Amino acid sequence: MTSELDIFVGNTTLIDEDVYRLWLDGYSVSDAVALRVRSGILEQTGATAAVLQSDTMDHYRTFHMLERLLHAPPKLLHQLIFQIPPSRQALLIERYYAFDEAFVREVLGKKLSKGTKKDLDDISTKTGITLKSCRRQFDNFKRVFKVVEEMRGSLVDNIQQHFLLSDRLARDYAAIVFFANNRFETGKKKLQYLSFGDFAFCAELMIQNWTLGAVGEAPTDPDSQMDDMDMDLDKEFLQDLKELKVLVADKDLLDLHKSLVCTALRGKLGVFSEMEANFKNLSRGLVNVAAKLTHNKDVRDLFVDLVEKFVEPCRSDHWPLNDVRLFLNQYSASVHSLDGFRHQALWDRYMGTLRGCLLRLYHD
Amino acid sequence: MPGKLKVKIVAGRHLPVMDRASDLTDAFVEVGARSCPSKHRERQVDDEDLQDEPLQITVLDHDTYSANDAIGKVYIDIDPLLYSEAATVISGWFPIYDTIHGIRGEINVVVKVDLFNDLNRFRQSSCGVKFFCTTSIPKCYRAVIIHGFVEELVVNEDPEYQWIDRIRTPRASNEARQRLISLMSGELQRKIGLKVLEMRGNAVVGYLQCFDLEGESGLVVRAIGTACTLDKLSSPATFLPACSSPSKDMKEIPFNEDPNPNTHSSGPSTPLKNQTYSFSPSKSYSRQSSSSDTDLSLTPKTGMGSGSAGKEGGPFKALLRQQTQSALEQREFPFFTLTAFPPGFLVHVGGVVSARSVKLLDRIHNPDEPETRDAWWAEIRQEIKSHAKALGCHAVVGYSESTSICEEVCILSASGTAAVLNPRFLQDGTVEGCLEQRLEENLPTGCGFCHIPYDELNMPFPAHLTYCYNCRKQKVPDVLFTTIDLPTDATVIGKGCLIQARLCRLKKKAQAEANATAISNLLPFMEYEVHTQLMNKLKLKGMNALFGLRIQITVGENMLMGLASATGVYLAALPTPGGIQIAGKTPNDGSYEQHISHMQKKINDTIAKNKELYEINPPEISEEIIGSPIPEPRQRSRLLRSQSESSDEVTELDLSHGKKDAFVLEIDDTDAMEDVHSLLTDVPPPSGFYSCNTEIMPGINNWTSEIQMFTSVRVIRLSSLNLTNQALNKNFNDLCENLLKSLYFKLRSMIPCCLCHVNFTVSLPEDELIQVTVTAVAITFDKNQALQTTKTHVEKSLQRASTDNEELLQFPLELCSDSLPSHPFPPAKAVTVEKASPMGEGNFRNRSAPPCANSTVGVVKMTPLSFIPGAKITKYLGIINMFFIRETTSLREEGGVSGFLHAFIAEVFAMVRAHVAALGGNAVVSYIMKQCVFMENPNKNQAQCLINVSGDAVVFVRESDLEVVPTQQPAANCHPSCTEGEVTT
Repeated sequence: MTSELDIFVGNTTLIDEDVYRLWLDGYSVSDAVALRVRSGILEQTGATAAVLQSDTMDHYRTFHMLERLLHAPPKLLHQLIFQIPPSRQALLIERYYAFDEAFVREVLGKKLSKGTKKDLDDISTKTGITLKSCRRQFDNFKRVFKVVEEMRGSLVDNIQQHFLLSDRLARDYAAIVFFANNRFETGKKKLQYLSFGDFAFCAELMIQNWTLGAVGEAPTDPDSQMDDMDMDLDKEFLQDLKELKVLVADKDLLDLHKSLVCTALRGKLGVFSEMEANFKNLSRGLVNVAAKLTHNKDVRDLFVDLVEKFVEPCRSDHWPLNDVRLFLNQYSASVHSLDGFRHQALWDRYMGTLRGCLLRLYHD
Repeated sequence: MPGKLKVKIVAGRHLPVMDRASDLTDAFVEVGARSCPSKHRERQVDDEDLQDEPLQITVLDHDTYSANDAIGKVYIDIDPLLYSEAATVISGWFPIYDTIHGIRGEINVVVKVDLFNDLNRFRQSSCGVKFFCTTSIPKCYRAVIIHGFVEELVVNEDPEYQWIDRIRTPRASNEARQRLISLMSGELQRKIGLKVLEMRGNAVVGYLQCFDLEGESGLVVRAIGTACTLDKLSSPATFLPACSSPSKDMKEIPFNEDPNPNTHSSGPSTPLKNQTYSFSPSKSYSRQSSSSDTDLSLTPKTGMGSGSAGKEGGPFKALLRQQTQSALEQREFPFFTLTAFPPGFLVHVGGVVSARSVKLLDRIHNPDEPETRDAWWAEIRQEIKSHAKALGCHAVVGYSESTSICEEVCILSASGTAAVLNPRFLQDGTVEGCLEQRLEENLPTGCGFCHIPYDELNMPFPAHLTYCYNCRKQKVPDVLFTTIDLPTDATVIGKGCLIQARLCRLKKKAQAEANATAISNLLPFMEYEVHTQLMNKLKLKGMNALFGLRIQITVGENMLMGLASATGVYLAALPTPGGIQIAGKTPNDGSYEQHISHMQKKINDTIAKNKELYEINPPEISEEIIGSPIPEPRQRSRLLRSQSESSDEVTELDLSHGKKDAFVLEIDDTDAMEDVHSLLTDVPPPSGFYSCNTEIMPGINNWTSEIQMFTSVRVIRLSSLNLTNQALNKNFNDLCENLLKSLYFKLRSMIPCCLCHVNFTVSLPEDELIQVTVTAVAITFDKNQALQTTKTHVEKSLQRASTDNEELLQFPLELCSDSLPSHPFPPAKAVTVEKASPMGEGNFRNRSAPPCANSTVGVVKMTPLSFIPGAKITKYLGIINMFFIRETTSLREEGGVSGFLHAFIAEVFAMVRAHVAALGGNAVVSYIMKQCVFMENPNKNQAQCLINVSGDAVVFVRESDLEVVPTQQPAANCHPSCTEGEVTT
């Protein structure tokens, strides 16, 4: 006696969260059955392995049929074939678009192309995430990227609207898309200590302040939406950043800046002497990063530069985080007192974001 | 009566990409009510045509250089628009369906019909007759008169009798077939409607339409139903069961108690066995009944009853009987397809009557004269009628017909429950007034229907009669088998359960007549064995009555399958069933003896366990009372009734005799051994689960609103090596048991819940394939209430168990798991999420989650039951009767047979829901999947499936919403076109 056909179709589509997770994790039916058996479900329910096998198959088939719809979540809402309560629809979508930290760190900032897809094998072996799951996550990134690439308006809103993701997940995707678009290097060894959350935090700040979309002043004005492009950095802004060079190129200005900072921080900083000794190096580093951003290649290396030029020197001197914060605050604020410096707004736009990023990046 | 049909195509969405180069589709639409050009005279169509033919909307992709490609079609049955009370507009998104690709996008359509009322109404069309699949009086109606049986049958040639060798494209032949069947069923419905109008009725209740795919010999569409005159209950706010007024008629019961002295039938030995098998030795294969008394006199029994009639009740009784007789004599077949009745309608139940006949199919030469098929069914019905007579009954209720076809052999089956009915509903009775004056307050309710309608001195079969355990006045049989639902007023002890008898018998492959003869020879043995199995399993459960009995015999190339499903209950009015005793044949052998006693012990244990499980603890009073009848009820009976003294004494003996009765199973061969084993292999459902195949589960009434209707299909391939009867039986048994186990597992998040209306269908699509299709609904019930009752019960039984029996070691364990408030299944989180799900859109709006809540798809519930728990049906929108064919030539790519069928069934559900939603409804009740014919050819990577479903589209309102905002619910269901005013009317 062999089973030829075995199906179960409910008027309301049954979704088993545990099986969904196994499916998303890319396990084959037999692996999933084995894992479920290990979870002790047989003892709990008194079911047999055959029952479990048939149940798992059923769910897998359902998920397989749903996958097509999950690629365009609004379709899932409007389709008529599967009657799924809204809460379950939300769960299906959210879980489908969820990704593994380990995986996203591998592909963050990489071009979402066929070439990268070929490397998924290696990523799979490296991270221990099944190839199937890697593919799903990669395809999700790519799909979201493709859909919102040419769109105007807020990146997060666009993602939310077209993929019905929760706020948290939509922000993460915005970061992924932003990184993929600007190809920021994140894979270097010295960047390994950074988590996806660190990068996502920086991405959000950069989207808010450094992109074309950030220029649109009044969000109520419908026209401003037209220019709101969150994906690309504001080229004009990057060009203008060259002007900041004067801060380190002009020796007087640099000395004045240093004295202002030192005066303000004297006695407040545990690492004052180290700061004082390093001020010029640090300032040069930060300003040079800004000045270099006109070149695409240097944009890509932004995080490498930041870590090299600022994070690592501070860390080697064992600056506590609070001192870093005090220093950066004072460092940005003091520029306002430099009479000879005319690019205050530009400086604020640059340093405001950079300060946030650096504080986030500064950890072990 | 011509009319104007207005169709508006509003929008399309999710269309497939038809042009690969541009990733676009140039979609356009063709609308046609009649695609046949010869009859396409004018834009105006007769409503006769409207009734026959569905509206057909074809969506195509425009191609400049080649022929336009079909994307798919939408068939819309516009019947509901033709009767005044139902929907006035059909509006909504319909899936675009293609028989090769399945659903491909959706189209938004608005349909309206303007009928010109000035012309002669109801001439050829039967506009105005309402159809209901529901086998009871629909909830918001009142039955004025129940006229009786209507049937019709239409035959035609099957456009594609062999799907594999086809001449035209598969799509064309599938569509031709779909169209033909919907045309035929439209015609059938219209013809039945005409018959109803002739009978002066206005509705058909319990409408059941079936297709017989006879292959080369053609296609038969047949339907049966019960014609009624229904009255809409005026105020929808009063939530009363239909026919609340005649509840007093219950009291008339005793007057019909007189035995029928002139039923001189020497029938079979138990109610169920009252069947005939059609042995067909003659070439014509005409039916030949095995029971000798089929020709028994059909003379009215009017005068006869008066002999034993009492002084007081006599005249009325005679009058009543006369009324009933005359009312029923008029009818050719006093059959009713209903399974639940207005209170007082059902007076007595005799037992199951059934008839089968084996026929050889021949080509239907003239489709306009389906006489042969008509004659076949007429024969069977006549037989059923005479069986009912033999049981002293003048009517058959819960009547149904079915066929099983394999190649050119066809088994026709009909079954029902012989019953005595109250004539009040059958005619515009003039006696109503005087009958209603009769007040019989001394009569206990809830047992009347159990009382035997036949003469106890001249019983149609040997049965143990006892005095009714409820009223102690009338005689009752020791077991009762019926095809109807449990009457609402019946007193039941404990809970019910699903009981199935399963059987396979090998048959030699043969041709034509030899084959028919072989089948005819096997049938009686199968019926007998199915019956024995049912009886054994019933006893094993400690129960004494079966409701909703449905025996299906399926014929295949080399085997016959029998599957009987019923819901067992313990009726308080019937005696406690005796145990099962095993008797060995060779008493000398010591080890054998030991084996027997071991088995006996196992059986006894099982019975005791089942009694606990189903909470069967009948009051223990009977012991003393039976010995010496308590004077009180007796006196009363003497005072008020005119029962003859002599018969009383006879029954006293019967009582004592019946009590000791134990069912003896003789193990004399391996077969019997198998039987006993199979008895014990049935595993009870896990705790928290109950199952039945009737509308409601006896003993559970605290339903909550979560329902989940489902269809499950399994096909197994038998290995041809081990084809013995035993192996077959085991395979079949395992198949059914595993299927049930799977269901319990899948639905574990709904615990505590009950599977209701569990409907098994068996078919044998090929030599070594067995297909089982199950449709049922899982309904949750209130855990707390249920728990309380079980707890007290468990306590009681614990005491009993401890005092009674120390041997039953597994008892405490069982009971502990029962009484624990938490179930051994995964935590209830899943439950809570799902609980809110079906209708709880409101709940999710409040969630902070993504904008998923603005889903535009309204929830449509589907259920095989006639009601929705926790809700009130406010309006019936019309019958849903859909037939689909799906075919694939890329079976592997679609996920194999399972993937293919899974998708198809999901699509069928979607199309049913879409139609209901477009009618302005939010549920389908009395949903049934009548056919699911699946054929595969894996070598060619092909498969084909035909599905036929039906049900009643309704609007329901949650009872909780009813108080706050009436009629808000259905209107809110994204159908602005469904005006609120209509909902309330």
